[in-house]
Amino acid sequence: MKRLFIALFCILSLPVFAQHTADTMTEASDSEAFKPGEMILHHIGDSHEWHWFSTDNDHFTTYLPIIAFQPGKGVEVFSSKHLAEGETYNGLKLEHEHLVAEDGGKVYDFSLTKNAFALLLSSVLMLILFISVGNGFKKRHGQAPRGLQSFFEPIIIFIRDEVAKKSIGPKYEKYMPYLLTVFFFIWFNNLLGLTPGAANLTGNIAVTFTLAAMTLLITLFSSNKNYWAHIFATPGVPKPLLIIMIPVELIGVVVKPFSLMVRLFANMTAGHIVTLSFISLIFIFRSLAISPASLAFGLFINILELLVAILQAYIFTLLTAMYIGGAVEEHHHDEADYQMEGDHIAPTAAH
Amino acid sequence: MLTQYDVSLTDDPPMNLVTPELGLIFWQTVIFLIVLFLLAKFAWRPILSSLKERETSIENALRMADQAKLEMQQLKASNEKLLAEARLERDRILKEASAVAAQHIEEAKNKATEEGNRMITQAREAIQQEKNMALAEVKNTAAQLSIDVAERILRRELTDAPAQQQLVDSYLKEVKLN
Repeated sequence: MKRLFIALFCILSLPVFAQHTADTMTEASDSEAFKPGEMILHHIGDSHEWHWFSTDNDHFTTYLPIIAFQPGKGVEVFSSKHLAEGETYNGLKLEHEHLVAEDGGKVYDFSLTKNAFALLLSSVLMLILFISVGNGFKKRHGQAPRGLQSFFEPIIIFIRDEVAKKSIGPKYEKYMPYLLTVFFFIWFNNLLGLTPGAANLTGNIAVTFTLAAMTLLITLFSSNKNYWAHIFATPGVPKPLLIIMIPVELIGVVVKPFSLMVRLFANMTAGHIVTLSFISLIFIFRSLAISPASLAFGLFINILELLVAILQAYIFTLLTAMYIGGAVEEHHHDEADYQMEGDHIAPTAAH
Repeated sequence: MLTQYDVSLTDDPPMNLVTPELGLIFWQTVIFLIVLFLLAKFAWRPILSSLKERETSIENALRMADQAKLEMQQLKASNEKLLAEARLERDRILKEASAVAAQHIEEAKNKATEEGNRMITQAREAIQQEKNMALAEVKNTAAQLSIDVAERILRRELTDAPAQQQLVDSYLKEVKLN
């Protein structure tokens, strides 16, 4: 929450700095004004090209493929080079990274954007890493782990024992592949997102939306009678109150994954915004003197982000496991059979 | 410059930030599901199954070690019991053997004593017999002598008295010499 405030503060306060510098800069020189807000939003946003860096004369950019689907016209695939600098190609153009048709028709943009491309890369990385780890387990069957295997094994065991077993209970095994994949996906992409020049994939709302939607779907599909009984006939609530309680509980079903979506998105985006803001200070004040402080703060936030990267992956996985655990939970804590439940719980707690 | 800047402030990028884009949702869904499927099949399944296997094998090994330890203790206890029993048996046998030996010695002693006694008695009897026989012989001899003496006396009775006396004396001397 605090992080979100910082992010909002930065977004809101940056234009103020920018305004100030814009004035001074127009007076000082004719070169293009530095707009931190725009720069930061450009960095954390998605793009149809992979912009590495620019010099005074050149832009070093990798142009990514555009895949556009227009009802009636079909699918078109071409390089985004044709759309660079606001150019028009086949009646399509980019407006603030938004693919639009010149004639105002509907365009569905399935382009391999910077984020989609980063997604592909990180997926390939994950596949190579974990399949090799899996092969290590097969090859050294029954032997002590080695290399990468021994690095990832404790993490996998931690997810299994501390997250899945504790939150889901005896049926945890079915959900292990999703939990492990989601954990490593978020962690890896958080870390890759911190790499200079890389895409801010986990700070993209579409990505977190998809992950949260998957969690929601898994929760709903694995839910049992108890789960719905809790929603439509919450135990211990008087009947008239159910009129209020049912909508509240139903909203709760959606709000849980929604919070997952917003938490991950906001955390990663905020981290990037704060880091970039500290770096921007150098350019805003147009002074080298500010750079030590700016770099120190930027470095501090960046290291903090390394921690946040794994923390957010853990939180997302843990909450997903808890939501699934709530959906597959067998016993319910009615006051009548509480005593009996207590007996049931005792042996499992001793485990 | 300023006007351009103002425009960029009110533009939609901030809105873009919180609007999920269809294209990326599509790619994210497709790629994530493929990754999930491939990892589940080629990574998580072998990893989790071999982790589980290893854990059960370690558990089994520990349990077996415990069992072996218990068995060893039992074995040791039974060994000690056997040893103690053997010791007791040995003691018993030794005691029995010494008792039998003592008995044998006693018996032999008794037998020897008996035999000795018997022999002594026999010897005594024999001696007594010999003695009696000798006495009887002496008696007979004495009787014979008396008769002989008496006969001689009776033969010389009529010659003279001193000569008779002398004769008796000589006869007596003869007897003594015998």
